[in-house]
Amino acid sequence: MSAAADTKEQVAALGEKYKYGFVTDIEMERAPKGLSEETVRYISAKKGEPEWMLDWRLGAFRRWNEMTEPNWARVHYPKIDYQNAYYYAAPKAPEKKLSLNEVDPKLLETYAKLGIPLSEQKMLAGVAVDAVFDSVSVATTFKAKLNEAGVIFCPISEAIRDYPDMVRKYLGTVVPVSDNFFATLNSAVFSDGTFVYVPKGVRCPMELSTYFRINASNTGQFERTLIIADEGSYVSYLEGCTAPMRDENQLHAAVVELVALEGAEIKYSTVQNWYPGDENGKGGIYNFVTKRGDCRGARSKISWTQVETGSAITWKYPSCILRGDDTVGEFYSIAIANHYQQADTGTKMIHLGKNTRSRIISKGISAGKAQNTYRGLVSVHPKAVNARNYTQCDSLLIGGKCGAHTVPYIESRNPSARIEHEATTSKIAEDQLFYCLQRGISQDEAVSLIVNGFCREVLQQLPMEFAVEAQKLVGISLEGSVG
Amino acid sequence: MLEIKNLHVAVGGKEILKGLTLSIGEGEVHAIMGPNGSGKSTLSYVLAGREGYEITQGSISYRGGDLATMKTEDRAAKGVFLAMQYPVEIPGVTTLTFLKTALNAQRRARGDSELDAMSVLKLVRQRATALQVTEEMLKRALNVGFSGGEKKRLEILQMSLFEPKLAILDETDSGLDIDALKLVAEGVNALRAPERAMLVITHYQRLLNYIVPDRVHVLAGGRIVAEGGKELAHELEAKGYAHIVKEPA
Repeated sequence: MSAAADTKEQVAALGEKYKYGFVTDIEMERAPKGLSEETVRYISAKKGEPEWMLDWRLGAFRRWNEMTEPNWARVHYPKIDYQNAYYYAAPKAPEKKLSLNEVDPKLLETYAKLGIPLSEQKMLAGVAVDAVFDSVSVATTFKAKLNEAGVIFCPISEAIRDYPDMVRKYLGTVVPVSDNFFATLNSAVFSDGTFVYVPKGVRCPMELSTYFRINASNTGQFERTLIIADEGSYVSYLEGCTAPMRDENQLHAAVVELVALEGAEIKYSTVQNWYPGDENGKGGIYNFVTKRGDCRGARSKISWTQVETGSAITWKYPSCILRGDDTVGEFYSIAIANHYQQADTGTKMIHLGKNTRSRIISKGISAGKAQNTYRGLVSVHPKAVNARNYTQCDSLLIGGKCGAHTVPYIESRNPSARIEHEATTSKIAEDQLFYCLQRGISQDEAVSLIVNGFCREVLQQLPMEFAVEAQKLVGISLEGSVG
Repeated sequence: MLEIKNLHVAVGGKEILKGLTLSIGEGEVHAIMGPNGSGKSTLSYVLAGREGYEITQGSISYRGGDLATMKTEDRAAKGVFLAMQYPVEIPGVTTLTFLKTALNAQRRARGDSELDAMSVLKLVRQRATALQVTEEMLKRALNVGFSGGEKKRLEILQMSLFEPKLAILDETDSGLDIDALKLVAEGVNALRAPERAMLVITHYQRLLNYIVPDRVHVLAGGRIVAEGGKELAHELEAKGYAHIVKEPA
């Protein structure tokens, strides 16, 4: 194919590529521009928060003022002007919505476009959706069934009001207020997010799912999620993201904290498809996320699975603190970077308890002029007798202008630890493509097939309905990358 | 159905085929024999449409159309199949998934409806038995860890599934012991049909004992230098290429 025809096709494809690139026309309510104590108070007041929460936020804000933005990641972006952004936006909603019928129909239309069925179909699929539209959760479904099991699944703003003791007990205990620049910023201005509590011995009756979406222009999105799995409980949580097309960069700094008590298991799956910017690197989401799980009780387990295809910049290291004895941490990751995307992602496995085990499977795919870095830490502390880790980092390169980097840090302070690290770098071979084409498979479909094969071990970790979506996403995000 | 006229093909600027002319009719089985480096594989790749094989002169007409201008995947959908000498491994993609993807891509291109997973499985099972392609092989990643014989059997299984109009078999006998060779040849013979032409490319006459061709062509120095019936293959076997390829190419 000639270069000109190739370019033309790619540009044409871009028009429809980002099918989630639409803007909903709903009147927005905003905090004043910029970040100050006043902004923090505004947000807290809007959420009708108790005094302790405001104090917590203000404490974070003061800390943040003294912090500097980290620069150790392999990502480059223009300096962010934190005073030139809005930190809170909510659809104007004077009174609390009681049922779906009372929700603004335009919101529901938006959900429909996103393919989020807030209907009985979803119940048949066994998924409860806590839909976050910009910053305010407007509808939560399937509460009854969860109530029956004693599971709390609600917007975190609601939990702060309704379950203050529980929130106070756990909030900031996994990711401390002063953890890092972006986490501290989130602590000061987080707008909403999700709270989950699964009581002792309860197996959550359905997969919990939240769709996030940035809609208001120039508004940072600061989600806060807190999941607590009490002794012997189990929960699987799915998080999926889409965002409308935007020219200016949008900052996203979420914090997710997971607490697994004795014998509990938390499975957290993410499909991240924020707007990645166009093929020239213009626009796209800056995604600076702090996700961490604490295996606080013995024999608990936390498993992270992520499929990262979107965002102009991804800065994200979902981690496990293996505090209890015999705890297990897992990290399964697919990170795809195309065009000018930059991804710096990985995990930290902190082995504190005895007989703790961790497993890291990372698949990085780079295409176009993208840079993709795996950055990981495996740390075995002196008391972590018999700690085990297995790490596998595979990189796949498509074309000659992208980069793959692997930066593993390994620290062992216990001689009984056993740590394995394997890494490979490969390219999609010309003979593989030819073989597929000869069998009638088009170039894009062949790339999708080969990359999906490369990622198989990770895709298998996703719950069924997510796996299908993720497989498609893998193909879509690499369309036109060869040729 | 296939008319190759005065075909010149260059690879990386070097001319490999230098005026090859060949005509195959429907239902015919032709064999191309030739020493190493004579351009046998180049011929198979240029017919299938591999990138980097540049036609500098001449023409290829396939079922009335100009093959050279067709995209590789479109050729496949229009019935051109190449059983490869070295089938490629694709890690993580199960053989069955690959077969389903390819089959449906071809069906789509022809305007047929796609087959669901169950229908594909049924079809594959039905064709796989004769070739001793097991369920276990179908679950493994495509060609990964397959023996030479398994890989070649899988190529013939694909030929059976895709039902091509023109099947090109590139050195299908290479790396096979006699039992494996017989099995593969039986599979190929079962696919001989009035509407299907075959081009069997081989270095050795051995394969042609089992797949008996209608015509034999000897390729040397990028051209056909001798042609004849199946007895030509025996003559080559007895006397060697040097006997026939006398003149410098």
